[in-house]
Amino acid sequence: MQTNFTPEQLADPATARSNEILRSCVHCGFCTATCPTYKLLGDELDSPRGRIYLIKDMLENNRVPDGKTVAHIDRCLSCLSCMTTCPSGVHYMHLVDHAREYIERTYRRPFAERVLRWLLAKILPYPGRFRLALRGAGLARPLRRLMPDARLRAMLDMAPRAIPPVSPNDAPQVFPAQGPRRRRVALLIGCAQRALNTDINDATIRLLRRHGCEVVIPKGIGCCGALTHHMGRTGESHAMAAANIRAVVAEIDGGGLDAVVLNTSGCGTTVKDYGHMFRNDPLAGDAARVAALAKDVTEVMAELGLRDAGHAEPLRVGYHSACSLQHGQQVRAAPKELLAQAGFMVLEPRDSHICCGSAGTYNLMQPEISGQLKARKVETLEALEPQVISAGNIGCMMQIGSGTGVPVVHTVELLDWATGGPQPHGLAGAGAGG
Amino acid sequence: MSGIAMPQPDIRILERAPQIVASLQEALPLDTVIFDPEETRAYECDALTAYRCAPLAVVLPRSTEEVAAVMRVCADMGVPVVPRGAGTSLAGGALPTADCVVIGTARLRDVLEIDTDNRFIRVQTGVTNLSVSEMLEPHGFFYAPDPSSQLACTIAGNIAMNSGGAHCLKYGVTTNNLMGATVVLTTGEIVELGGPELGPSGLDLLGLLCGSEGQLGIVTEAVLRIVPRPEGARPVLIGFDGAEVAGECVARIIRSGVLPVAIEYMDEPCLRAVEDFAHAGYPDCAAVLIVEVEGSPDEIADQIARIRDIAAALDPVEFRESRNADDALAIWKGRKSAFGAMGRLGDYICLDGTVPVGQLPYTLRRIGELSKQHGLEVANVFHAGDGNMHPLILFNANEPGQLERAEAFGADILRLCVEVGGCLTGEHGVGVEKRDLMGAQYDAVDLAVQMEVKDVFDPAWLLNPAKVFPLEASAAHRLKVAE
Repeated sequence: MQTNFTPEQLADPATARSNEILRSCVHCGFCTATCPTYKLLGDELDSPRGRIYLIKDMLENNRVPDGKTVAHIDRCLSCLSCMTTCPSGVHYMHLVDHAREYIERTYRRPFAERVLRWLLAKILPYPGRFRLALRGAGLARPLRRLMPDARLRAMLDMAPRAIPPVSPNDAPQVFPAQGPRRRRVALLIGCAQRALNTDINDATIRLLRRHGCEVVIPKGIGCCGALTHHMGRTGESHAMAAANIRAVVAEIDGGGLDAVVLNTSGCGTTVKDYGHMFRNDPLAGDAARVAALAKDVTEVMAELGLRDAGHAEPLRVGYHSACSLQHGQQVRAAPKELLAQAGFMVLEPRDSHICCGSAGTYNLMQPEISGQLKARKVETLEALEPQVISAGNIGCMMQIGSGTGVPVVHTVELLDWATGGPQPHGLAGAGAGG
Repeated sequence: MSGIAMPQPDIRILERAPQIVASLQEALPLDTVIFDPEETRAYECDALTAYRCAPLAVVLPRSTEEVAAVMRVCADMGVPVVPRGAGTSLAGGALPTADCVVIGTARLRDVLEIDTDNRFIRVQTGVTNLSVSEMLEPHGFFYAPDPSSQLACTIAGNIAMNSGGAHCLKYGVTTNNLMGATVVLTTGEIVELGGPELGPSGLDLLGLLCGSEGQLGIVTEAVLRIVPRPEGARPVLIGFDGAEVAGECVARIIRSGVLPVAIEYMDEPCLRAVEDFAHAGYPDCAAVLIVEVEGSPDEIADQIARIRDIAAALDPVEFRESRNADDALAIWKGRKSAFGAMGRLGDYICLDGTVPVGQLPYTLRRIGELSKQHGLEVANVFHAGDGNMHPLILFNANEPGQLERAEAFGADILRLCVEVGGCLTGEHGVGVEKRDLMGAQYDAVDLAVQMEVKDVFDPAWLLNPAKVFPLEASAAHRLKVAE
């Protein structure tokens, strides 16, 4: 597609990158077909091609965006389904990230929205604060009907009723491998996930150790930066990412690392993109090293190969492919193959490429669209009559879990169970016969 | 912007824009009308991005009645209407004018009836082509026309352009598979043409409508013929070290009487681009044919053997049958995304000339010569079995003057197609892209008769303005109205 940037505009590396991306788009429209918001709303402005156009116009004219433009870009889930579909290889993720940052810098949102976004950015990435907030939500629940804003109500609804105690496993330490050491890996323990669910990291550590990994919880590790990055709050996201990069590099240069393991695929997509995020920064080299080592836990397990599986009941598993995993990281086969090898009957819902509506903070910021996507996802998953639903991302687990009675667990919990770990907590109450 | 002129917008309409928008808002639900310039801009072009013009407004109706309401408002106020499917046209079929209202069909996507006993499906026309076949899959049926953009393009656009696709060699194009249509006329009147029963009596108005490029009305519902899925299907890849010999192979297959479902052609520049996306393991050579046969295992084996013999006489570089369903899927994924994937190589314009199959080798050679003459690279990817060529002319849109050169080259190729006994368009339609070349194919009388047909359906010439007919030729008809 033709673009109209001045040489001065192109001197800015972010604009230069966006120009490169826009130039590769041929406006063929294939992306519209697999975009969840276009499927729901039927307006090209709520499709990747329309958003690309809005972004192009905004950037070319150095325009302060209007409320409508911002609304259409805000409605993007960043599910990246369009990137899987795009034949021309348009890197939509980098383009929309740039647009979000540009909007954050130039556009003044209405007061309530500013407060809301500020709160999310200051709470979610910090497990301690998030725990407190979740407790607060518990207290506020009786007041739900008095809440003026659908987004506030959505937040209350998402808050789980029980919060697990802090897991000692999430403290910086080294877990030795069981048997001969095959790999030395760092586990990025996440932020919000730790507050909502400690089983996932616990299961991941057991599973990796059982398969010969020495597992390091690096000192100084925290939020990967994804949550704030997707809000366009680049300063905050890059500061968090930089801290992680330093923490991981210290381990690489210390005891050495074969992989940086992630079990929250939303974070995985961002950590794998660190090289790009820091490409014009003194940390560029280190960021690229960390990104190159980053792997989803199922990628690592596929390399290692499942050992001695078959300890679990051969349940019908409805596998939900998180967008960040299938589109963001293009990891599709590994989780399903591992579950099948572990003895489960793996079923995939219709339209498995479509987002469940969780999408980071999307379910909190856009409750209406998110709710419709959740309903569709739950319906297609339940049609499989699964005994359990598995996913590789805490956001999806919370989202789907809030809409179905079928237990929802993380893929690693099932793999851990099948290779000798405990039955996932989520299954215990519901009864495996679900 | 480049060589193809659009008429000046009617200032009297632009001046009344607020009243027009107000009338549309009165007639339709609020979220149906888009008029903010920041928003209408996203509708300023389709997949032919060289030509762009934001419309006065865009409406996204949800029912035939809502489309009729828009048509009435536009007819009353004398506002041109540009129908739009998914905006995947490569010929600028959905290019707006500044004084027009775009009617998008994207929200008309209900499936109304599936009748496998009588072999038809009734849909709202905003459904995508591929989703029709997906919905039929559990019933063991499919909808045959399969344009390469089938993932995104709508049945509405398919009907407007009489779209084809790879599998049309055996099953025919849209017009052969369209049984009935609900049409909204420019007056807002809703008429039914044809229907599920075979053999319409009287004038074939449905045939007239299919391929009329939005000049006669807007189709909001369609009855489509559906076909049982074949027992099996298998593509083979045949690689050649020259374009002409590949073209010769196509001509010989057709002459032999074997009827594959599809014979597709991709040349080396194109193969390079699609391999990066589809990872199908295409042969590394000058030209590749994808030949798909279908039927029972015995039928498939028999047809492949005959095709193998024909190809063998021409010394192919490679002859490879797809190994399994995934392999076949990858082969087709590459072919169907070829246009998009060409974006990896640069900007392009995509042509749509059709030639008699026997003329393929000569035409391919001449295109190669023209490419040297114009100094621009060309990639060829097309439906070889029915001679429907899609040369893609590569250029740099950000370099002034290159688009004009690419267009001049394109015009030469299309004239060549007509010269060898073919025509300007196989399936993309004339749109704005080939409008001014219509004189190369039709004489003044031919064009006059076509325009008189439009006079009957659209006496005010409000529908899809400045498309299909050369502006000069249509001036008398348009001006007559303006007076």
